[in-house]
Amino acid sequence: MLKTFPKGGVHPKENKFSAGKPIESIELPKQVYIPVAQHLGAPSEPVVAKGDTVKTGQLIAKSTGFVSANIHSSVSGKVLKIDKVLDTSGYKQNCIVIDVEGDEWIETIDRSTEIKNNTEITAEEIRKKVAENGIVGLGGATFPTQVKLSIPAGKTCKYLIINAVECEPYLTSDHQLMMEKGEEILIGAKLFQKAVGADRVIVGIENNKPDAINHMTELSKKFDNIEVNPLKVKYPQGGEKQLIKSVTKREVPSGGLPIDVGCVVQNVGTAFAVYEAVIKNKPLFERVVTVTGKSVKNPSNIRARIGTPINMLIEAAGGLPEDTGKIVNGGPMMGKAVSSDKIPVTKGTSGVLIFPESIADRVETFACIRCGRCASVCPMGLEPFLLKNMTAAKMYEELQKERALDCMECGSCVYTCPAGVPLLDFIRLGKANLNKILRAKKS
Amino acid sequence: MEIILNTLISLSIIGVVCAVILYVVAQKFKVVEDPRIDESQACLPGANCGGCGYPGCRGFAEACVKADTLDGLFCPAGGNEVMKKIAEVLGMAAVEKDPQIAVLRCNGTPEKRKKTTNYNGPVSCAISSALYGGETDCQYGCLGLGDCVAVCKFDAIHIDEESGLPIVDEDKCTACGACVKACPKSVIELRNKGKKSRRIYVSCINKDKGADAKRACDAACIGCGKCVKVCAFEAITIENFLAYIDFEKCKLCRKCAAECPTGAILELNFPPRKEAAAVTETETTQVEK
Repeated sequence: MLKTFPKGGVHPKENKFSAGKPIESIELPKQVYIPVAQHLGAPSEPVVAKGDTVKTGQLIAKSTGFVSANIHSSVSGKVLKIDKVLDTSGYKQNCIVIDVEGDEWIETIDRSTEIKNNTEITAEEIRKKVAENGIVGLGGATFPTQVKLSIPAGKTCKYLIINAVECEPYLTSDHQLMMEKGEEILIGAKLFQKAVGADRVIVGIENNKPDAINHMTELSKKFDNIEVNPLKVKYPQGGEKQLIKSVTKREVPSGGLPIDVGCVVQNVGTAFAVYEAVIKNKPLFERVVTVTGKSVKNPSNIRARIGTPINMLIEAAGGLPEDTGKIVNGGPMMGKAVSSDKIPVTKGTSGVLIFPESIADRVETFACIRCGRCASVCPMGLEPFLLKNMTAAKMYEELQKERALDCMECGSCVYTCPAGVPLLDFIRLGKANLNKILRAKKS
Repeated sequence: MEIILNTLISLSIIGVVCAVILYVVAQKFKVVEDPRIDESQACLPGANCGGCGYPGCRGFAEACVKADTLDGLFCPAGGNEVMKKIAEVLGMAAVEKDPQIAVLRCNGTPEKRKKTTNYNGPVSCAISSALYGGETDCQYGCLGLGDCVAVCKFDAIHIDEESGLPIVDEDKCTACGACVKACPKSVIELRNKGKKSRRIYVSCINKDKGADAKRACDAACIGCGKCVKVCAFEAITIENFLAYIDFEKCKLCRKCAAECPTGAILELNFPPRKEAAAVTETETTQVEK
């Protein structure tokens, strides 16, 4: 019996069209737009001004707090301006616009492809390098990694879990990264292990990627104390709390953090970024993005520089199909439709998904028939129909008792609702209002 | 017969005992309430709209009775008349306020503000604005999904089918401010109603640079500053490429509205402008030539 989490979950059609496609690099754009707010937490403070010449990998925006991240230039060239540009949030945000000239990297980056390891490095040095190089969680939540690596006093970490689940349909960037950079990822995992002082490292992979499971198991023999765990396919297994439950059978308490049960979860993409940052001194300025969709000519996994407009990625994957109805940033379940094809790739862009017109629109909404399916598929054990109705009735404060803040917005309830009720839209609104009330109470 | 008699007697005794208990308890736990609270509440409209900032009309009446002066206490729904009555009841000086009205600071009709995307989620401005800036390139303007209509207790605001924008009914609006709070874009403002209901205001809140604002909407304020130059009363200020007319200073001379190149400044309930009409005529004839 394969491991999985017991409560709820759905299994959408996988549609992994770009599986097995090698990661390709595309030509550099003429201009990049690098948002200063592309991670969870406080936006960064630009340290360059209009007219400055920057090199690839140079720091251009500084972290402004504990929960914040440095941002580095992804290209070499001249800073054209710092201006408001439409980004993935759907609003215009401050972006550093750079005119690309050549591709000159800063000298400190080791550009050799040789796989190296450094077992001498201390935990403190790892954390410092991770923070310096602006690493954030690349699974999609973009939480600054150095925060996760700083274990609060009195807590100990037993398991370091590497999240290689990639439970979102369509997306294949993590899968392909494992196939091509498996060893680097495991070195990254060892670095994580050192930083948090974990006893064991477990790599969780869903068994719809048998090649990755074999490959990683083979590679893990080179290291001691790394274990690869095949998991049963179920969405949203890539959710931190679900993965912990699947792998360790421990349950993160409501409102708690993984470290409360002695776990730290890191994505494979982040593990690779940490390898590059610590061993090769390379800041996080590029990532692997899956460009895919039913009508896309050539679904691909593309290594893109942060700030590249997504239309360049779409062009590289065979161009925008004529019947395009919607472009989604991220996967089909948790991703968000974008309002322009010129928005830049950010640290959190795991995929660019193109829906044809026929499936782009939402389904027609009918009245709730009280079948209870949303409650049965909710992996957090919530009652989505109740949360929706309470939000509609403006009972925001009462939402706290119903544990609305535990909702991670995985979308399983909406996916399964036979009446097409937009449950998640309401829950999100309710959560936002509840958070507003809680913040007001605090101050 | 005896049964009936016994029943009557025992029930009467129970009744009397209960009455005595009730009386004693009522005397013992009597809540002495200022009778003026009831009196002031009777003066209020009773809509419980919350526009005064208190929970319902009763709450406002209690606050009035407790307060030393009526400064800062105002019933927007009832206006000066109601406040005068309350002042009489309480024997305090009434504070007069200029009557206000809600105005929509957006001109973005479908012709002027072109749609660039399509939203088909739940019909709610709050939900839509949490997802993105809106169906047009202007991320500041009205979304037209009617959160303001849903909260209005006076049936004073409606979405106009043609323009897709809410229209405020001047006779019904009490300036309670419910729509102002409900609007996620903060596009509704409470402004002084003005003499004979005449008002001038910048009907746009786009804070983008002029070129960007103009690209998104033909009727946007581009922050050109022409209105500031022409205003003799220093009533207009520009911040973030957006003009704002201070209704306390504005003397309703209408010079700014004539000067605005995009027509973002609206004038309401004024008689038609004679010179302006002549100018437009000559302009059109010139174009024809």
